[in-house]
Parts: sequence; structure tokens; C-alpha cells
Amino acid sequence: MMCRTDQQPEPHGAGEETSGAAFAALLEDSAEELYESAPCGYLSTLMDGTIAKINTTLLDWLGLEREAVVGRMRFTDLLTVGGKLYHETHFAPLLRMQGEISGIALEIKQADGGRIPVLVSSVVKRGGTGEPLLIRTTVFDARDRRAYEEELLRGRKVAEDARKQAEADRARLQDALAVLQHSLLPDSLPQVPGVETAAYYHTASPDRLGGDFYDVFPIDGKRFAFFLGDVCGKGPQAAALTSLTRYTLRAAALHDPDPVAALTTLNTVLHERYADGGDPRYCTAVFGTLEPDPVTGQVTVRLASGGHPPVLVLRADGTADFLRTPGGLLVGVLPEALFTPAGTALAPGDTLLLYTDGLTEARTGKDRTSLYGDDGLLAFATRHAGESPRAVVQALTGLLDSFGDGLDDDTALLAFGVPADLAT
Amino acid sequence: MDVVRRNNVTVTGNPQGRTVVLAHGFGCDQNMWRLTVPALVRDYRVVLFDYVGAGRSDSTAFSEHRYSSLDGYAEDVVELCEALDLRDAVFVGHSVSAMIGVLAAGMAPERIGALVMVAPSPRYIDDDGYRGGFSAEDIDELLASLESNYLGWSAAMAPVIMGNAERPELGEELKNSFCATDPDMARVFARTTFLSDSRDDLKNVRVPTLVLECTQDVIAPREVGVFVHQTVPGSTLITLDATGHCPHLSSPEATNEAILQFLAGLR
Repeated sequence: MMCRTDQQPEPHGAGEETSGAAFAALLEDSAEELYESAPCGYLSTLMDGTIAKINTTLLDWLGLEREAVVGRMRFTDLLTVGGKLYHETHFAPLLRMQGEISGIALEIKQADGGRIPVLVSSVVKRGGTGEPLLIRTTVFDARDRRAYEEELLRGRKVAEDARKQAEADRARLQDALAVLQHSLLPDSLPQVPGVETAAYYHTASPDRLGGDFYDVFPIDGKRFAFFLGDVCGKGPQAAALTSLTRYTLRAAALHDPDPVAALTTLNTVLHERYADGGDPRYCTAVFGTLEPDPVTGQVTVRLASGGHPPVLVLRADGTADFLRTPGGLLVGVLPEALFTPAGTALAPGDTLLLYTDGLTEARTGKDRTSLYGDDGLLAFATRHAGESPRAVVQALTGLLDSFGDGLDDDTALLAFGVPADLAT
Repeated sequence: MDVVRRNNVTVTGNPQGRTVVLAHGFGCDQNMWRLTVPALVRDYRVVLFDYVGAGRSDSTAFSEHRYSSLDGYAEDVVELCEALDLRDAVFVGHSVSAMIGVLAAGMAPERIGALVMVAPSPRYIDDDGYRGGFSAEDIDELLASLESNYLGWSAAMAPVIMGNAERPELGEELKNSFCATDPDMARVFARTTFLSDSRDDLKNVRVPTLVLECTQDVIAPREVGVFVHQTVPGSTLITLDATGHCPHLSSPEATNEAILQFLAGLR
């Protein structure tokens, strides 16, 4: 209460008469007057709901005459039909069980057909032996509050719908990206006679298209072509570049399987497509051919590299080394590019390993600068020299997993080898 | 599946007595029977439960699909009867539960041997030549009322309602939490309750049936009580001198007397 009499300052001095008069005016309110004109509705009902007493405030809200209400109407008659149902299924049982109920949102009907949202509280008055005598009810005008609550509910519903939509969109996008990503990699690798092949692809993020690629395919009766590379960037534009790169290399290889020629064709195509349009895009790639000799079991490897990390050769005797391709330029940057050829022969037990820089640039410490690096990879390869391509790729997969968060780029692995047991 | 836990089943009363199952209606939970149970416990074994979504039932068992028809609730009742291996039990159903009892008795006649319908209504919406008391728009209005009244429900209260003793900091119950119900589940029950039509099921009742109606019931008007009585073969109709939809709360003595008299006359 704002006007507790026991907290009134002592009247004094010149203001004495004025404040005394104001105080008297306050006291003039009789209890009856306070009841009738209170800023909330009051009503008392018998236990069966018949209205026994109701104040003027509530009658005014309802637009009803006292004579039409007292002894003639029940509390539920003041409510909308939905409110009646709610009253009978929730309000009345709870009031019976608890003896009181507070803050229930209902709507009262006005004589002119209007409705006022209200908050209703009731308490049961009991007689000397505890028997329920009547129900006292207060009714608060809740128009502004209800409008605000409805706004909140609407806002919540909008947010909920938006969240569901966003989740559905995200799922659909991921599906589409997965299909697209899948289309950029071979479904399965072809069977190359006398050669075991293994590949692995690590996607850094499920909702971003990776920029690494590889493929293996036959080019004539005795030779197979392979390539592995990394386009600049990520996402849909990188995927478009990957797609162009893959199909250009495939077509170029059928036309002329020489590795330098294939990369030169790719360079021309990418440069024409992107750099000429003022949007230079490039890739790094190793392209090569495998030619198994059915008599010796040896496989002749010819390859060329355009700015790509050097491939590794793991020998049956337990050694490993990079097959260097010095001077190779990024593919697609310059109109004329030079690519360096290289070659080797794989004997039984040897494995050729191609990889992208996700592997060598994986972070191995807390520090951003400590990377796995070429030396780490060479040491790892040496430890696994003599193992089959599948075993080497499996070991590298374990290595990639061990990097955890340190591996934040896509990584492609491709390995070829001549099985050791074929020669025995 | 643990039916006892799912439906928060309570068994009390005289283990040697005939079993009386008390089924609450829409809007509350087994607390509704607090004034009925004391009258029954001396001579009868009393089974109380909460429908899934109400009271302290296991809300993880809720399925919008299952509970979008009264059959889903009736199947729960049958499973409850099976779990307790009830035979020839008396099913006392308030409001919509009276119809759930009719369906359950049809599904498992050996388990339910008599029905007491407290303020039943087989259809709440008016139809050609039938007065249920409500229009479809009225039911929408009720659903809106549910929306604006959470009645003691809040996410923070859920562990208390589920009886999670490990979180005593949530021990302070809200004033209106007696019949606290998850509003989403209450909406499904409300729809199922007020939009279903069980009139045709009434004539298939094959067990002794007591129909209790009130003199003044907004939800189930007198015409409905008469309709139920006339449609259920061999049923008895008693009009209680009570107002409102919950005579077992507003006039417990008269309600209990009528139920006890019916129980005594069985067999």
C-alpha cells in the first residue's frame, strides 16, 4: 500500500491544515466505496457458482445491471464458452482441491458482445467447522498484459518455425553437398592388373565442399592414368573448378597420355576459363600413368607435377624417399606453364603414395606454426616401407585421426603398389 | 514397457476386495479422486493412475499419434489391467474417461466387469438431432485458453512433476501445480477428448453400467446423460444433486454413496 497511515509524517507548521484535509478526504472512502470502486472486479459466489455479490467495477466492465446478475447468474455465465470449458476442467477442480487458485487467464463476455481478457483468482471461504461457504473472486483487467503475452507467444512460434525451417534447409543442403562431393570422387577404383590400389578422403567439414580430388582410369589396353590434386579455395566455386579439372584431365589423357601434355592442356583450359575472365583460379596436381609389365610384375610410373607436394616411394627394402619434380608451376596461373616429368619403377613390395597438403600441414602442437611437415611424413613413410598400399593408407588414416582438431583441411590419399607376395 | 511407471499407477485399499479402477478425465490427474478413495478403501482394492501426459506419468512415453484417438488411451488402460492382471474390475471413469472405459471394456471384456460413468459425454459437439452442448468453434476457444494458461507448468518444474528427487532446489511447488500438465500434451488430449464421437460405441456395452450426471453441468448437459443412459443397454442413471462437471469433488458424499450402492449390487 502506498498510503500506510502509520508512516504518515507528523503534520506540522503551515502545511498542517492542508495535509490534514487531504488525509481526511482519503479516509472518507468507506469500505463499501472501496469495494464498489476498486480498480479490480470483485464477486462472491455460492459453492454452486451462483453470484451473491458483485462490485460496480465488474458490472461496468460487463455492461450488466446488478439486478440481472445477483442471484440470477453463475460465475461461468460471465465467461466465454472456451473459458467455461476451461473453468470446469481445470479451475473448479483445482479450487475444490486447493481451496484457492490464482492468476488464471480467462475472458469475460460483455453485454455488447465484446470480451475482456482477465486474470482471475479465487479463494474458498469456510465456516467454523471447515465446511465451504462461498467463493471470493477477484478479476483483473489483463487486456494489455494479454496482448503482450500473445506477442511473446507469436514471437516464440515464429522463432520456432524459423528454427525448424533452418534445420530442414541445412539437412537438405548437406544432402545436396554430399551428393555433389560424391560426384567429384570416383565411386570405386578400377582393377589395375598386378597393382593394389588404396585411397582415402577426409572431409574437413560436412557442409563445405572439399577442394581435393583424385581419380584412376584406364586409357588403353595396357596403361592406366591417375591424378590427385588440390584446387584453390573451398565451397561451390572450388567444386566447379574441381569438376572442370577432373574432366579436362580425363579427356586430355585419352587424347595424349603423356603427363606433361595432360597438365599443359589443363593449364590452358583453366587459364582460359578463369584468368582470362579476371578471376584467376588454379590447382596443384600430380598426373601420371601406370604401365604394368605382366612378365616381370614391375610397374612403370611416369608422372608430372604442377606445383603439388612431391609423391613418396616406399620401397620393399624398408627405405622411402620423395620422387622430386622440381620447377613445376601451379596449374592455371600463367598462360604458358612448364611441368617437370619424373618416373620410377615399382617392384614387388614397393608403394607409390600421393597425398594433399592437408596431411603435411596438419598442426601437431598448440602452436599454429608446428606442422607435421615433410620430414615427419618421410619418417612415417620409412617406418611403413614394405607394407601394402592398403596398410600404408590405413596407417595414415590413423595418423590423420590422431591429429584431431589439428587437421583442419581436406586430405586425399592415393597409393599404388605391387603386391610383394606375387613375386614369391 | 513398465506400465506402472508410465501411468504412475497407485494401488491402495483392501487387497481382498474387488478392484475398482479410478480414471481421471481431461484437465487433471489422479488427485481428482482424493475424496472418493477414502470411501472405497475398506472394502475395495483401488487402482489410481495418470494418463500419459498428465500428472506424474512418464512423459517420455507420450506419442502424439497414439494419443490422437481415444483408442490409444484405452489401449493403455488394457495394458494397465494386464500388468496388474485385473479380472472383472470396475472401471470408474470421469468425463472422457467414461468413454475410454467403454472402449477398454470392449477390448478386454474379461478384465473389466462393470462401468461407472461420472459426468460422461460421448460427443461434445452438436450434431443433427443431438445436442452435445458445444460447437467446433467453442473447442478452438478452449484450445486457446489452454495456450494462455500453463497452470503451474514450466520447464523448470518438469523434474519436480516427474518426481526427480535429485533436484531438491526445485522442491518449491507452484500453487497450481496439482494437475500440472505439459501444455503440448494437454492440447493433444483436449483435441482427442472434445473432437471424438463415441456414440456408436455405447450400444456395444455388455457390462452393468452406472451413469452419474449432475443437475447443472456445463460440459455434459442433462440431455447427454439421458442419451448415454438410453443407449447403454441396461444402464442405471442417477442424477446427483450437484453442480459443475466434477461431482466427486463438489458433492463427494452423494457421489460416493451412489458408487458404493452400485458396487454393492454387483454380482
